[in-house]
Amino acid sequence: MSKIFRFYGGIHPQDAKLASHRPILAAPLLEKYTVPLQMHIGAPAKSLVQKGQKVLRGQLLAEPGSYVSAAIHSPVSGVIKEQSSCLSVSGTQWPALIIESDGEDQSQEPMPAISDWQEADPALLLKRVAEAGIVGKGGAAFPTHVKLAPPEGKSIDTLIINGVECEPGLSADHRLMLEKPEEIITGALIVARILKAKNIYLGIENNKPDALKLMRDKAAHSALQPRGLKVRYPQGAEKQLVYALTKRKVPSGGLPMDVGCVVQNVATVYAIYEAVLKGKPLYERVTTVTGDPVVNPGNFLLRIGSSYADALQLAGGLKEEAAKIISGGPMMGIAVYSLDIPVTKNCSGLMFLSSSQLSQFQSKACIRCARCNDACPMQLMPSILSTQIENERFELAETWNVLDCIECGCCAYVCPAKRPLVQHMRRAKTEVIAKRQSEAAKKTS
Amino acid sequence: MTDPEIRIAGSERLIVSSSPHFHSGASVGNIMLLVILTLLPACLAAVYHFGLPAFRVLALCMLFCVGGEAFFSKCMKKPLEINDFSALLTGLLLGMNLPPGTPSWICLVGSLIAIGIGKMVYGGIGYNPFNPALVGRAALLVSFPQVMNTWQTPGLDAMSSATPLQELGLLQQNALAGDGAALREFLQNIPYRDYLLGKMGGSLGETCALALILGGLVLIALRIIRWQIPVFMLATVAACSALAWLAKPDLYAPPQFHLLSGGLLLGAFFMASDPVTSPMSRLGATIFAIGCGLIISAIRLWGNYPEGVSFAILIMNALTPLLDRATAGKPFGAQKKVVKNA
Ligand code: SF4
Ligand code: SF4
Repeated sequence: MSKIFRFYGGIHPQDAKLASHRPILAAPLLEKYTVPLQMHIGAPAKSLVQKGQKVLRGQLLAEPGSYVSAAIHSPVSGVIKEQSSCLSVSGTQWPALIIESDGEDQSQEPMPAISDWQEADPALLLKRVAEAGIVGKGGAAFPTHVKLAPPEGKSIDTLIINGVECEPGLSADHRLMLEKPEEIITGALIVARILKAKNIYLGIENNKPDALKLMRDKAAHSALQPRGLKVRYPQGAEKQLVYALTKRKVPSGGLPMDVGCVVQNVATVYAIYEAVLKGKPLYERVTTVTGDPVVNPGNFLLRIGSSYADALQLAGGLKEEAAKIISGGPMMGIAVYSLDIPVTKNCSGLMFLSSSQLSQFQSKACIRCARCNDACPMQLMPSILSTQIENERFELAETWNVLDCIECGCCAYVCPAKRPLVQHMRRAKTEVIAKRQSEAAKKTS
Repeated sequence: MTDPEIRIAGSERLIVSSSPHFHSGASVGNIMLLVILTLLPACLAAVYHFGLPAFRVLALCMLFCVGGEAFFSKCMKKPLEINDFSALLTGLLLGMNLPPGTPSWICLVGSLIAIGIGKMVYGGIGYNPFNPALVGRAALLVSFPQVMNTWQTPGLDAMSSATPLQELGLLQQNALAGDGAALREFLQNIPYRDYLLGKMGGSLGETCALALILGGLVLIALRIIRWQIPVFMLATVAACSALAWLAKPDLYAPPQFHLLSGGLLLGAFFMASDPVTSPMSRLGATIFAIGCGLIISAIRLWGNYPEGVSFAILIMNALTPLLDRATAGKPFGAQKKVVKNA
């Protein structure tokens, strides 16, 4: 197919994919795992275990705290040493279970495989997704069973599998497509069955021709249609991906389901495959550990609850001093100040930057060059918004649609005045949402 | 295996800042420097044609503008930002807008007005509504019309002469008074080649059309300026002058004369296109450029002033905030255009 699929705006940052050629390496067993109870959007999971209790790998440790929440399973066999807390990516504390491995790595009896998934009741498949504790592994960690159950009246005709991985440096999804193509296809078909979606697209950027070709070959006789996409960040953002593949515009303030689409990351559909056909809950994931200071950048199959320090050990440590550690990729990832953070279900990568890779962000006044406006994939005007926000005119920013900002960072990336545009947007979004909530509260009281 | 903790900068040195963690590397300084570089061919042409006096004017204006910015920054207790090269660019543009023989003290006055009133009173780079170099030039033009209208033709040593536009204006007046022979003669023998190479009277930077076009094209290619501005501005002037010329070929000069003479090219490529003082959206920039072109044409065809480029740009500068607001596009996925308040 020669047609080029793309979206508005965007940028072309350096690729920095140091680990794309490194096969996925399974991590050896660790002595200790710190499993957070709140590594998804929604209510924290409710612990079902006691201190000192013996658990098996795959055993349910915590049940969903509400409908929007996710189950959590043990990554290892061993003993619950403590119910305490751990440092989160954003610097807060998460409730967590500390598990000491017994070195046996004994698995509990897996859930029964649903090998006749092609005929199985979609509700049964959806239940399995929930039981396996699956959340969006690409980013926000939104509980997948919720996303796969659109409210009454929203009919979904298109399932989009996100194999874009547009963040520089990250290659976990790329490797997964190269190494588990059939599993991903099956996973996608299972999701399509749950949603009753007719069209199933797999979006892959043209900078991964090996993955694109392999997926095309493997999917030749299935309903899944792999599509090559023009390389452009943030292709992997949901609204941009939906537009690039279907030319449907998700309305402002809406979700892909408003235009009949659901987007799932390749790693998530792989987890769904494992849950349905292997009866395996989500307790491990592939994470890229990369960056110039890293000795052996690579992609590692890590158990949830391994620490960032453990992940770095697998990559051989650092050969030069790291000045910044990013959980996720360099465009949208979060800078952290400690390696004592557990790997979560949505941790797609760890990136280390040396001081020479950091730009000095001495910000200046806007010179109105409009590069940010041109780069904004949501077609906002970051230049004008940021001046409004500097003057704390949040109500104005609201009318200029600041809530549509997806925090992709394109604007700040191109800004020659190096303005902290994304911080500005976040600040205004927080203010506007707080204002709306307090207004709503006033109305109901 | 290396112990990871050893190589991580101490937590007090580990940088924790907001995403994005990569930057394109673009900087204000680089942009300004590029504009200066693209102006260099035209400057070289000026020095070639007018000799050292041209160099003196350009150098003095740059010096005074940078010095002026340093001085005002100090007075206003603002951080010194001359390393972004914007004051240097303002100086260069001001110099290019002055006649070759401009006295040094005029350069000083113009520079201080450009930087002080044109830029620093508003808070420095990015906040000025008007193009600082044009503010300087306009102030000088109004205050010292005598000095500002002493032109030389290259090659004829320091002999004062008129610019082609002045000459045209004069001859048109004569023609309207009944004596059209000289005008016909002038219109039949327009030396386009000289205009292209810069052999005509005018401000330092106005003369060599080829050098200006070259520099301007580079700026467009590098996306430093919005292409709509020079293109629509030149097109509008061409269209208006063509209409007048087609209607009365005996009285009006053909469009190519207007494109090549006076400050039009310098203004279109390097002054109107200044991002700080022109609209940000494509539509806004287009309207802005057409507005500039219309005002220039009106002044040139019917006005008392022979030249209207700087005033046209200044007037449209004033309309920029309005245009920005009126042409704000609709965000991705918005149902309808939202009403934008100021
Ligand atoms: S304003 Fe928001 S959506 Fe637009 S480029 Fe900036 S971060 Fe991305
Ligand atoms: S990119 Fe930066 S300097 Fe340019 S308009 Fe946007 S905020 Fe202003």
